[in-house]
Amino acid sequence: MTLRLSVQVYDALRQHGEETYPHECCGVLLGHFLEEAGRAVNAVEEAVRAGNTRTDSAHNRYNIAPQELVKIQRAARERGVEIVGFYHSHPDHPAQWSPTDFAEAHWIGCSYVITAVEEGAARVTNSFRLAGTREEDKAFEDEAIEVTGQLDPGYEPSPMGDAARK
Amino acid sequence: MKIEIPYPLRPYTGNQSAVNVEAGTVAEAVSGLTSRYPDFQKHLYTPDGKLRSFVNLYLNDEDVRYLPEREGTAVNEQDTLSIIPSIAGGD
Ligand SMILES: [Zn+2]
Repeated sequence: MTLRLSVQVYDALRQHGEETYPHECCGVLLGHFLEEAGRAVNAVEEAVRAGNTRTDSAHNRYNIAPQELVKIQRAARERGVEIVGFYHSHPDHPAQWSPTDFAEAHWIGCSYVITAVEEGAARVTNSFRLAGTREEDKAFEDEAIEVTGQLDPGYEPSPMGDAARK
Repeated sequence: MKIEIPYPLRPYTGNQSAVNVEAGTVAEAVSGLTSRYPDFQKHLYTPDGKLRSFVNLYLNDEDVRYLPEREGTAVNEQDTLSIIPSIAGGD
């Protein structure tokens, strides 16, 4: 299993974690589910920033409002991409999924990207694929992150994140 | 009306990302979906018939849980029902 994204998208999601430090950032990854020689590749075209609704505990919790997610999903479909993953940051905490991350992960097949942000600087970024077929047998599996040199030249990112958040 | 199916639940709709159903209410739309795809039922509802806590149903831009008539809300052909699992976590 592989998560593929451009260096621009990779940098953008890591930078988001630095900007929101010491709070957790969160966002949605849009792209395509690919199957390459039997290997499942989640190919990201764009990272959309989302607001963290957990203002009560933003240093160690995140939540994306479903209303915002609905808007992001609808806009994505109109443009021929879909939700392939999510990202969030771990301020002063390792880039490993936590029991809370696991309990609250429900998008089987999607990638969950975590960036450790230490004293305001992004360090390790890891991706975990939520494998399985249903709630009862789901599991996080480590997946490789493949950072490509540039965006797909045919793809034009939109300011959708701002529109969805308004 | 159209029901949008998120990726994790598509194995239960023959990999379709959207399903069209004839329905007069949200409840009829969901039962139209689950009668066509019986495996879907247990992914949306607990054994005692409650919508799973992490599953959100949105009628256009409205959370069905907060509509005055909830699943009894009337729908028309142009409406879209979105099934959206929640996104949350922590450190
Ligand atoms: Zn986390």
